[in-house]
Amino acid sequence: MALQSLDIKRRSATTTPSAGIRSTPELAKLIDVSKCIGCKACQAACMEWNDLRDDIGTTAGTYDNPRDLTEHSWTVMRFAEVEPEPGRLEWLIRKDGCMHCADPGCLKACPAPGAVVQYHNGIVDFHEEHCIGCGYCVTGCPFNIPRLSRADAKVYKCTLCADRVAVGLEPACVKTCPTGAIMFGTKTDMLKQAAGRITDLKRRGFAKAGVYDPKGVGGTHVIYLLQHADRPELYSDLPDNPSISPMVSLWKGAVKPLTSLAFGMIAVGAFFHYLVKGPNRVPEEREQEVDQ
Amino acid sequence: MASLATTFGRGAMTNHWVDIKNADVVVIMGGNAAEAHPCGFKWVTEAKAHNNATLIVVDPRFTRSAAVADYYAPIRSGSDIAFLGGLINYLLSNDKIQHEYVKRFTDATFLVNDGYRFEGGLFSGYDPATHAYDKASWAYQKGPDGFVVTDDTLQHPRCVFNLLKQHYSRYTAEMVARVTGTPREQFLKVCELIAATSAPDKTTTFMYALGWTQHSVGTQMIRTTAMVQLLLGNIGMAGGGINALRGHSNIQGLTDLGLLSNMLPGYLTLAGDKEQDFKTFLDKRAFKPLRPGQMSYWQNYPAFHVSLMKSWYGDAATRDNNWCYDWLPKLDKVYDVLQVFELMHQGKLNGYVAQGFNPLAAFPDKAKISRALANLKFLVVIDPLATETSEFWKNFGEFNEVNPAAIKTEVFRLPSGCFAEEDGSLVNSSRLLQWHYKGEDPPGEAKGDAEIIAGLFLKLRELYRTEGGAFPDPIRNLTWPYRIPASPSAEELAREFNGKALDNVTDPKDPTKVLAKAGEQLAGFAQLRDDGSTACGCWIFSGAWTQVGNMMARRDNSDPSGLGNTPNWAFAWPANRRIIYNRASCDAAGKPWDPRRTVIAWNAKATQWQGMDVPDMRPDAAPEQNVGPFIMNPEGVARLFGVDKLADGPFPEHYEPFETPLGTNPLHPAVVSNPAARLFKDDREALGSAKEFPYIATTYRLTEHFHFWTKHARLNAILQPEQFVEIGEELAKEKGIRSGDQVTVSSKRGHIKAVAVVTKRLKALVVDGKLLHTVGIPIHWGFKGVAKNGYLANTLTPFVGDATTQTPEFKTFLVTIEKA
Ligand code: SF4
Repeated sequence: MALQSLDIKRRSATTTPSAGIRSTPELAKLIDVSKCIGCKACQAACMEWNDLRDDIGTTAGTYDNPRDLTEHSWTVMRFAEVEPEPGRLEWLIRKDGCMHCADPGCLKACPAPGAVVQYHNGIVDFHEEHCIGCGYCVTGCPFNIPRLSRADAKVYKCTLCADRVAVGLEPACVKTCPTGAIMFGTKTDMLKQAAGRITDLKRRGFAKAGVYDPKGVGGTHVIYLLQHADRPELYSDLPDNPSISPMVSLWKGAVKPLTSLAFGMIAVGAFFHYLVKGPNRVPEEREQEVDQ
Repeated sequence: MASLATTFGRGAMTNHWVDIKNADVVVIMGGNAAEAHPCGFKWVTEAKAHNNATLIVVDPRFTRSAAVADYYAPIRSGSDIAFLGGLINYLLSNDKIQHEYVKRFTDATFLVNDGYRFEGGLFSGYDPATHAYDKASWAYQKGPDGFVVTDDTLQHPRCVFNLLKQHYSRYTAEMVARVTGTPREQFLKVCELIAATSAPDKTTTFMYALGWTQHSVGTQMIRTTAMVQLLLGNIGMAGGGINALRGHSNIQGLTDLGLLSNMLPGYLTLAGDKEQDFKTFLDKRAFKPLRPGQMSYWQNYPAFHVSLMKSWYGDAATRDNNWCYDWLPKLDKVYDVLQVFELMHQGKLNGYVAQGFNPLAAFPDKAKISRALANLKFLVVIDPLATETSEFWKNFGEFNEVNPAAIKTEVFRLPSGCFAEEDGSLVNSSRLLQWHYKGEDPPGEAKGDAEIIAGLFLKLRELYRTEGGAFPDPIRNLTWPYRIPASPSAEELAREFNGKALDNVTDPKDPTKVLAKAGEQLAGFAQLRDDGSTACGCWIFSGAWTQVGNMMARRDNSDPSGLGNTPNWAFAWPANRRIIYNRASCDAAGKPWDPRRTVIAWNAKATQWQGMDVPDMRPDAAPEQNVGPFIMNPEGVARLFGVDKLADGPFPEHYEPFETPLGTNPLHPAVVSNPAARLFKDDREALGSAKEFPYIATTYRLTEHFHFWTKHARLNAILQPEQFVEIGEELAKEKGIRSGDQVTVSSKRGHIKAVAVVTKRLKALVVDGKLLHTVGIPIHWGFKGVAKNGYLANTLTPFVGDATTQTPEFKTFLVTIEKA
């Protein structure tokens, strides 16, 4: 949604400067995995606030449902049964969704002007009205978050409830979480909060407890508190050291000097089409439309 | 509830949800609070985050609660008494008890009747022909003064303390490991963590739910924990207690209002067949104190009972007609749900009203329930949803294979509103009556439950008035004082259960002082009288709607003590008391055991008990008067020895589930399962053996769903769409089952098909030398709703009930599993 244009810090494929007269503190959502009971209230809240309803699916032999992120499910709980030490079972439940990177791969990869924006408060949002359905953000994202809808060829993901936050409310998942596993505030406060929790977890035997705020993407505005911060892969393959795909940097480097946006789009589109193709499931016609 | 009432005097959570944050140790056993009570679970998180609490989970499965626990120990389903009995033994043999508390606030010093025995798995008085006990010998010794004889030195071999020691001496750590499958070290670790709270200023709180109630020994499982908490001195303390987490949002209200076949509102009881005489009926219930100076609050029983009858029958209830005593039914036996469906099955019951529940899904042995319903002439279903019960006669393929043509039952469906479509109060586990307002009108033709029942009543009354009948008086004379008779309002009903003065109510100490004028709402149950001058529909709720107004609608969340007591938030029974038995939070002199968590204390200057909570004690009873803190018990203290209150023994004993995987009881092979449990003849024949059905099965709920309701809701169906069962990796390997495969689970009573979830969270356990596997069966699916259709899980469960409460044994039975 584009109502908060004064708060936009960066837009995809845009070279004109953003509005700069207003500044907001940097915000963050802290997900304390050690407090999460996997109740999925946050998933329900997300569907309700955003008025989305996924299909009634099937059970594949785990508690994960819906099984993956979709254009209707912007957050899902991922349940992992792990034994970090032999004989010591842990059920690590991670709320997956957009990390709202400080250096967002989706925004960098996106060739459509203004389809991806970043606000001064750190939220990375998709403005679907500008989205051309190319799916490059899917490749650009180091966390595999954006989902391209077959129905309208637009991409969707968690907005960190940018609409709620803009009017001083916390994201819907934060409000709903019964155990206080999700917290929201300035990034400084969230890191302070996390520090207290780390002390507590260390006392309870988690020597490697820590924050997940990966530097490879400039830090994130959704940060995790992990019992085993040294082994993020235990948490349903949370990437250890995420960074933006070199392909994105490559084209970014190439496109910068270009002044003609249209030309840039075509060039980049072709380049990507050649390189990736895989994760992008845009209907053929749509792809051609974009290419033309 | 029966177990808590037997031990402490009242059948309810001793503390409250918010108070859990004050605990040093939280034990979740016989329940899965994170899964089934996620909102209340926040107080466990608070205790961990702000009170450094340790969370222990003991469960057959590594649950969502276990996922955030500090310590988890596995246990075989159905063996909890062995575990807890072992814990009692550990506490006694390692001298980890709160001595002063045990001596002063329990019956440890009381001497027990010489006739009481426990031998070879049976208590004294057993009659194998009737499967029941004559409980006469389960009693205290009484002196010539009529009071119980005690031995303060605890030396006497017949004192409760020594009998307790003797009874549980058999529950060694080795025996515990052998019976429960919990590895010995893990059992001992749990004991050690809990035992540390025997220090007077440390507390453990226990949280349990249906994981304890739904066994043939369910009541006794809970009682064992109640005894543990007494030994640790944890009852009455902030951050202590034994917290019964109720399975429905208003199920506490259901028991409070007496919606059980042998109860009247406020835990008053119906008379038995032999109790035709009113005076004997009252005398038997108005317990005289068993020790000098004790309050024995049930002495006020006549005031509660007479006020109830005045509330129901108004002017028709007079002293001369014993306040309409003859109009009350007298029971020949208890008509619990198992009994009722047994009678229906035998064709002896031909009409049934199912209001707000779904027996086909909720009761054991679906095939039997289905056959029973087919014997009815009529079935009335009052429900907001199209339940399975209301369509039991319809063929839903493999999920409900019946022949509609052969079923003659006429079914009436009366659509009702749901809780959000009416005003009213809900009683939560914390005994808190919270008022809520309706958000929407019920859809379509649906009506509120009160309106539906009023409609039925008015029609019946009209028929009795015009046509007469066998026994018209109780119906014709029932008071019906509502402004719109066809639709009593929630406010009117609430005012009625609070009670009002029919005549001026005066102070017994000073008759010139009027406490409540005729016509006024009463301030509380202390104002109830046995002379017909007060009316009250449920004495424990008295105080909820006083002359001041609706106390349940109060929303002041200020918490002056910081302990989460919020006395001006809604209304808690009894008398707005938040932590019951709170006198026990202080030592003999009236000083708090833990000054940091003072609930109340004796103020010698003011000669009053004072504190953040309403004292559970006569406010001016000085500590020297030795008035015990368990004021509902005639003993004044809590019962380690359950006397004759429960059907299956004064001390809990481990009995095997009726479908036992062992086929024996390592403690006493001659008596395997609960000798006094509820089991009808045909149902005994429908029990399976471990030879045919080698795996333990247990049923349970999931966070994503609420019973059989939310499969009708799209959001919940998205979050958990399809029926599944859980099995451990070892069993899966043995059976060649992979996660996601379709499997068939069968018991002696039927089979279900579901998706397999293969998990590390269900480990096989070595029990009595055998490797035992467990199959986990979530219950939420059926053949109505928007989630994927599935089988009713109760197709599998046995028709066996607890000896005292007759609650079905849903938590442990035997099955086998195959790839479908
Ligand atoms: S609502 Fe909170 S506790 Fe529940 S799944 Fe989401 S993060 Fe976890």
